[in-house]
Amino acid sequence: MQFSENWLRSYVNTSLPSDALNHIMIMAGLDVDDSYPLGVSFSNVVVGEIVAIKKHPDADRLQVCDINIGDQTLQIICGATNARQGIKVACALIGAKLPSIVINQVKVRGLESFGMLCSLKELGLAEEAEGILELSHDLKNGTDLRAVLDLNDQITTLKLTPNRSDCLSVWGVARELAAISACSLTPISYEVNPIKHSEKKNVVVEDKSACPRYCGRIIKNVDNKKPLPDWMNKRLERSNIKSISPIVDITNYVLLEIGQPLHAFDNNKIQGDIKVRFAKTEESIHLLNDTKIKLSKKDLVITDNTDVIAFAGVMGGLPSSVTDMTQTIFLESAFFDPIVIAGKARAYNLSSDSSYRFERGVDFANTRLALERATSLIIKYCGGEAGEITEVLNALPHRNEIHLRLKKLNTMLGIEIPRQDIERIFHQLGFKAHKTIEGFKVSPPSYRFDIAIEEDLIEEVVRLYGYDKIPSNHPLSYQTMLQASGTPKYELKEALVSRGFYEVVTYSFIEDEIEKSLHGNANPIQLQNPIASQMSAMRSSLWSSHLEVLNYNLNRQVSRLNIFEMAQVFHREKKDFFETEVISGLSYGSFMPEQWADMERDIDFYDMKAYVEALTSKRLMFKRSDKTPVALHPGQSAEVFLEGHSIGWVGKLHPKWQQHFSLLKAPFIFELKIEKFLEGKTFQYEEISKFLPVRRDIAVVVDETIEVEAIIDSVYKAKIPFLNKIALFDLYKGKSVAENKKSVAFLILMQDTSKTLVDSEADFSVSKIVELLEKQFGATLRN
Amino acid sequence: MNNLEYTLNEAREDFDQCKSLTDLDQVKAKYLGKSGVLTEALKSLGKLSQEDKPKVGATINLVKQGVEEALEKRREAILNASQAIQLEEESLDVTLPSRKEDRGSLHPVTQTLHRVESLFYSMGFSVANGPQIESDFYNFTALNIPELHPARAMHDTFYIDESHVLRTHTSPVQIRHLEKNKPPLKIISPGRVYRVDSDATHSPMFHQVEGLWVDQQVSFANLKGIIENFLQTFFDNNDLKVRFRPSYFPFTEPSAEIDMSWKGGWLEIGGCGMVHPEVFKHVGIDANQYQGFAFGLGIERLTMLRYGIQDLRHFFNNDLRFLQQFI
Repeated sequence: MQFSENWLRSYVNTSLPSDALNHIMIMAGLDVDDSYPLGVSFSNVVVGEIVAIKKHPDADRLQVCDINIGDQTLQIICGATNARQGIKVACALIGAKLPSIVINQVKVRGLESFGMLCSLKELGLAEEAEGILELSHDLKNGTDLRAVLDLNDQITTLKLTPNRSDCLSVWGVARELAAISACSLTPISYEVNPIKHSEKKNVVVEDKSACPRYCGRIIKNVDNKKPLPDWMNKRLERSNIKSISPIVDITNYVLLEIGQPLHAFDNNKIQGDIKVRFAKTEESIHLLNDTKIKLSKKDLVITDNTDVIAFAGVMGGLPSSVTDMTQTIFLESAFFDPIVIAGKARAYNLSSDSSYRFERGVDFANTRLALERATSLIIKYCGGEAGEITEVLNALPHRNEIHLRLKKLNTMLGIEIPRQDIERIFHQLGFKAHKTIEGFKVSPPSYRFDIAIEEDLIEEVVRLYGYDKIPSNHPLSYQTMLQASGTPKYELKEALVSRGFYEVVTYSFIEDEIEKSLHGNANPIQLQNPIASQMSAMRSSLWSSHLEVLNYNLNRQVSRLNIFEMAQVFHREKKDFFETEVISGLSYGSFMPEQWADMERDIDFYDMKAYVEALTSKRLMFKRSDKTPVALHPGQSAEVFLEGHSIGWVGKLHPKWQQHFSLLKAPFIFELKIEKFLEGKTFQYEEISKFLPVRRDIAVVVDETIEVEAIIDSVYKAKIPFLNKIALFDLYKGKSVAENKKSVAFLILMQDTSKTLVDSEADFSVSKIVELLEKQFGATLRN
Repeated sequence: MNNLEYTLNEAREDFDQCKSLTDLDQVKAKYLGKSGVLTEALKSLGKLSQEDKPKVGATINLVKQGVEEALEKRREAILNASQAIQLEEESLDVTLPSRKEDRGSLHPVTQTLHRVESLFYSMGFSVANGPQIESDFYNFTALNIPELHPARAMHDTFYIDESHVLRTHTSPVQIRHLEKNKPPLKIISPGRVYRVDSDATHSPMFHQVEGLWVDQQVSFANLKGIIENFLQTFFDNNDLKVRFRPSYFPFTEPSAEIDMSWKGGWLEIGGCGMVHPEVFKHVGIDANQYQGFAFGLGIERLTMLRYGIQDLRHFFNNDLRFLQQFI
C-alpha cells in the first residue's frame, strides 16, 4: 500500500524523522518496501508579490519587477509575458537551488537582478510550462514554496503481510504507529449528517452470515463535475490512485483513509429494492472495468429488482455506475464475511482494492462511520442532501476472549517479560485485558482479524516488546549419534569431479515436445501454468537439459565438456506421481584436455563406461538390450545393472539426435538411479592365502558377435576348481583370424587356499574352461 | 720384487686406459685372472725357499691388494661417468605440463548445501527429504494455509493438477517428518523449490533449506541463537549482525524475517518462527507438551553473498567459465 507520509503524520503526533519512522514500522512487522522523498528538489524559493513592474530600459522583452517577499522587496529582471503587477509568484532567492541551476546575483543588461521568478518547469514540477507560476492570492509573502505546495513529503510503500488487514488504510497505519511508538492518535473527523430528505432504499440481506452488516443511503442533487480540493487530489495522487470522478474519488479517499470499501450507485439506474444474495446459475454482470463475467452460485452479489448491480466486495457493475451526469446516488458501505469474498476476485482474474481488503477483513465497527465520513465529503465538495441510512445488522463476528498464560509466554520466548510490560503493551494495542492468576484474559478489537489464539497474543507482546530484546541463547539439547546420511551422495559426485566432471544445476521442467521425443515419454507431466513453453513438462531424464548446457557452452568456444548432475526425475502412473533421484553425465570432445604428451583422441564408449564404473566399488554389469532408450545409439549403449537390478543406461547419443542438436561429434551420456549405490552393507573380510596364485593365459577364437562378458560370466558360473579370477587382456581381429571372428585372450588366476597348487591341478582347471568355451561359445583354442 | 712393483704401476695405467666395464674386465684378467700375472706369481711361490716364501708372498698380496683397489676405483669412475651421461641424456623440462585431466568442480549451490548440511549436522540435525511434486495438502493445508487463504497469493505456485503443485517451499517436509517421527527431533531439509517468477533476482526453480527443532523447551531465544550462530559460522564472521523482525507465515507464530548486516544495510536471508499449534494439530502433537521452531533459508542468496555473485541466472546457465571458478 502506497501513501503520503504527511498524510500519515497528520494523525500521529510524532517528531521522528522519516528514517526512524520507517525503522520502527519495520521492527514492528510493517515492512517498508519503499520510502522516497517526492521527486522534486528545489530550495530557497518563496512566495513573492509583484508590487511594481516596468520595462527594462535596454531590452524590449525584459521587465524590471519589484518583488515583495514579506520583510523586504527585491529587484528582479524577468522575461515572462504573464508577469504583471499584483500577482503572487514563485520567487527563487539568491543561493536558491533549482533542478538545473543555482541562482546568483547577476546583471541583466546593466541592471542588477536579485533572484528569479520561476515557472513550473524551472521548479521541476512540469515538463513544459508557459510563463511563470501564478500562486493563490491568499498566500503570505515570504512563505516557503515547498510548504505551500506540500512538497516536503515522502512516498511510503508498505508490503503488508496478509494478517494485517487493520493496516490497509492510512489511519489504520497511524493507529498501529501510535501503538508501537506510544504516542497519541488523532481520531477520524466525521459528523452525523443531517437528514434532508425522506427517500430511502429497502435493503434485504438474504444470506445473513455472508453480509453481517449493510448500510446505504440516498444522496440527492449531487454535482459529479465539481473539482475536489487540492489537498485531497494530492493525497490520492501520492497514493497512486487515478482520478475518475469526484464521487468515486471521494469513495476511494475514504477507502484509503479508513480502510472501508464503499460503492456509489447511480440511484436513477437501479430499480426498487437492494438485495444481497448469492448469484443464481447463468447470472452474469457487466463490471466497471468493462469485462463481462458469468457468475457462480458461490459468488455474493448485490441486486436491484431486475438485475445484478454489483459483485459484492469485488467490483460494481458498469450500467449502475455514476457518471458526470449523475444527480442522485445510493452510497453503500457494508461488511462482507472474509471467507465469502476470499479468492473470488482471483477466480475471475480480477483484482480490486475492495476485494483485497474484504478477503483479509474490514473493521465492521466502522461501516457506518465510513458512510457518514464519505457523505460529509460528498456534500461538502459535490453538494447534495443526505437521506436516512438504511442499515441491516446481523450477527457480527465475535472476538473471543483469549487466555494468555505467562508461563506459556515465557517458555515459548525463552525470556521473562514483566507482567506490567505486557499490560502496557495490551493497552497500547487497544486490546482489552484483565488479569488472571496465570496471566491475562484478552479481547482483541474488531479490526484485528488475526488474533484468535494464545500464540497470537504472544506474538503481539513480543512484537511490541521488541524482537531485538530477546537474547540469542544456545539451546540445551539431547544429543544422539547420527548416521552420515548425506555423505554417500557427495562421494558419488566427488568420484566424477576428481575425474574432470563439472556439476551443473538445470531446471526440472523442459519442453513438452522434447520430453516426448528425446526421453520417449508419451505421457509427460505437464504444468498447468508454465512460465514458457520450453519449461512446460517435468522431465523424466536429465539428458535434454544437459544437451542444452552442451550447446550453450559450444556457442561460447568450448570444444570439450564433461558435466554431470544429480537430481530427481519425474514420471506418472495413472494419477500418481513418482520421483527418482538419478545421477546423469555427459562427455563431449577429446578424451583428455588438449595437451602435448599424447595423441589426441575423442572420448569413446569404454571411457564413459570407466566413468560409470568409477561411481562404485561394486561390480556393475553392462548388457545390450532391446529396450534401449531412443536417445541412445543402439549399437553403442548398455543397460547398467547393479546386484541384479537395472539402474540405468550408458551410451552414445543417437546420430539422429546428434544431427538434431547440430553437434559436430557425438556426446556420450549416462543416467543411473542412485538408490542402489547408497545401500552399503559392511562386508566380511576374507583371509589372504599364504600360497601364491598360478597364472595361465589362454587365447580362443570366437564369433565376433559373442559378448566377452557372457564368456566371463559363464566361466564364473561353472564353478571351475581353484578359479580365482578370469579377465580379458587382449582382443584381436584381422590377419590370421578368420572374418567375422575375433581372438580373445584371457588371463586365469588359480589358487588353492590350503596348499600350493600343482601344475596338474592348474592344467585340469584350464582344460575345463577351454572345454566350456568350446561347448558354449564354439570357441577354438588359438596357439 | 721390482718386477712386481712395476706390475702395480702397469696395472694402474692399463686400468686408466679402460673406457668401459667390459674393457676393464678384460684387463682385470691380465692381472687377476686364472693365468694373470699375479695369479701366476702366487702359483710360483711354491718354487721358492721356505725363507723367501713369506716375504715374497706378502709382497704379492700387497701388490694384489693394490691392483684390486685400483680396479675398484676405476670401476667406480667408469660407472660414475656413464651414469652422468645417462642422467644428462634423460633430463627433462620438468616445467612441461603434466599429462593430467583437470579436476572438475561441484556446483556452487551444492557447495553451499554441503556446507549448510555439515554445519547443522555438527549440531545434531539430520537430513530429511520430501517430494518436489507435492500435494496441495502438504504444501498448503497442513501448514495452516487453507484454500482461498490470501497467504496462498504470497506463493506464485506452479500447478500440476487440482491437487498437486510443485512445492513452493521446503516446509511440507516438516509435516511429512512430524507424521512419521516423534519429538524430540531436529532436522534440516534442503532441496529444490519452485515459484512462477523469473528475472535477475528470481528464478522459477531455486533451493531452500528448511530447519525444524521440536522439543519441550526449545524457545524463540534458542531460534535466534541457532540462526545467529549458523550465519556467523557460515560466513566465517563473528561480527556479522543478525536481525529478526516480525513477519507472518501461517505455519509459525510468532514469525520473523531474518536479516543480516551487509555492506552497511540489511539483507533478507530467510524466514522463521515458532511452529504454529495448527501444524502440530495436523500431525497429532500436543502443543501444550511440545514446542519448537522452524526456519527456511535461501541457498542461492547464501551462495551469492559468500562468493560475491551478482546475477542469479549464472547458477542455471552453467557456463563452463562460471563453473570452473568453483574448483
